[in-house]
Amino acid sequence: MTLSTMITKMGEGFGNTCLIFFLTLILSLPLGMVFSLLRMSKSKIISNITRFIISVLRGTPLMLQLIAVTYGPYYLFDFSISKNKLIPVIIAFGINYAAYFAEIYRGGIESMPVGQYEAAEVLGYSKLQTFFRIILPQVIKRIMPSITNEVVTLVKDTSLAFTVSYQEMFTIGKQIANSQTSFMPFLVAGVFYYVFNALVDFVMGKVEHRLDYYK
Amino acid sequence: MKLFEMNHVQKSFNNGTLHVLKDISITVSEGEVVSIIGPSGSGKSTLLRCATLLETMDSGELIYLDEYVAKNDDNGHSVYADKAVLKKARSEFGLVFQNFNLFPHYSVLKNLTDAQIQVLGRSKDEAGKRGMELLEKMGLADKADAYPCQLSGGQQQRVAIARALAMDPTILFFDEPTSALDPELTGEVLKVIKQLAEEHMTMVIVTHEMAFARAVSDRVIFMDGGVIVEQGKPEEVLGNPKAERTKQFLRNYQQ
Repeated sequence: MTLSTMITKMGEGFGNTCLIFFLTLILSLPLGMVFSLLRMSKSKIISNITRFIISVLRGTPLMLQLIAVTYGPYYLFDFSISKNKLIPVIIAFGINYAAYFAEIYRGGIESMPVGQYEAAEVLGYSKLQTFFRIILPQVIKRIMPSITNEVVTLVKDTSLAFTVSYQEMFTIGKQIANSQTSFMPFLVAGVFYYVFNALVDFVMGKVEHRLDYYK
Repeated sequence: MKLFEMNHVQKSFNNGTLHVLKDISITVSEGEVVSIIGPSGSGKSTLLRCATLLETMDSGELIYLDEYVAKNDDNGHSVYADKAVLKKARSEFGLVFQNFNLFPHYSVLKNLTDAQIQVLGRSKDEAGKRGMELLEKMGLADKADAYPCQLSGGQQQRVAIARALAMDPTILFFDEPTSALDPELTGEVLKVIKQLAEEHMTMVIVTHEMAFARAVSDRVIFMDGGVIVEQGKPEEVLGNPKAERTKQFLRNYQQ
């Protein structure tokens, strides 16, 4: 197999890599906020249950969670394994990353000075207005560097989808490597991830820069 | 006309172990400027926080413009009125904080207009006009597009005063408005408050600036240990205090 066919074949799988990447972000960024608000709930029960769920999601390998979500339903309920592996992959990635984002959001929200809430309350803002207009915009700025970290990790973590044979770039690369007994696909994959992350870095840098208009 | 009234307010922290306010009663009439002085820990700030609904009283009544915001139940515990009444009360007062608490992500003008639009339902033009009017009054019209972090402390506090005034409160509370400022910046803030006093804005000012309290106030209240020790005209309380505790406090201040 020539290098160019190798790159073309893996490039086709790269579309699925991007699919995991973007769908995971679309699912986990808002879901993380839900987790984080439940985690900060005044109800001890809700807060403790959420804390436990987050600790399991962060304390066990994503690879294991991927396998559990993809094959678990078959072993537990005798469901047939869906041909379309994208759905379980996105569920596993989305929930796992939501747990990490939840803790980042919580750290950001709890770092806000109480004076911001009090100023808003005295001016007559409702609780929702205070959160969405005063608190959240400032939290986003504070947590941007941590979010960038997670997003960079996510780019590389998409390769874990090979454990459930989802046809993304790394899975295809591994198949080529096996059939051709060549190390080349791994080098190609490395370059793909590196370039993707360089792009992520650039975009997130722009976003952070745009939030730099105040201290 | 009475704008604001607090009767027999009690407030404790840490499950009643720290008794901060012990039976405090204050009445403020329209156009009156009242200064509250006293040593740290005397309960001045807690009093303002109870008045502005940032703290709940354990016991006592709170009345804005003849409307009861809180009254005592049969056991002498404060019971607060429903949300609508609290909301209306919040629209009657403004509060200027010691450390400004401006919204750092909003421009100076937006700090002044956002609540007008979101809370009072004013149009963007109307809010902007009111905002600019107040910035001009504060001598900060050229800072409308700046962000709070680009301003000095004195400028930030003037913006905070303008932000409170933009909501057209009937009474304005100040919680040590110059305590977080460098000495050379206090003057510009005090000047603005003085100007408001001359316009007969009703104000309650917690302050450590004795000369200022004397110059602007109609009445000075001296608090210590959670009680009002003495109150009256500034020249009486500050010039010729009756209580030994007041004399002692003022002596320490002059040193």
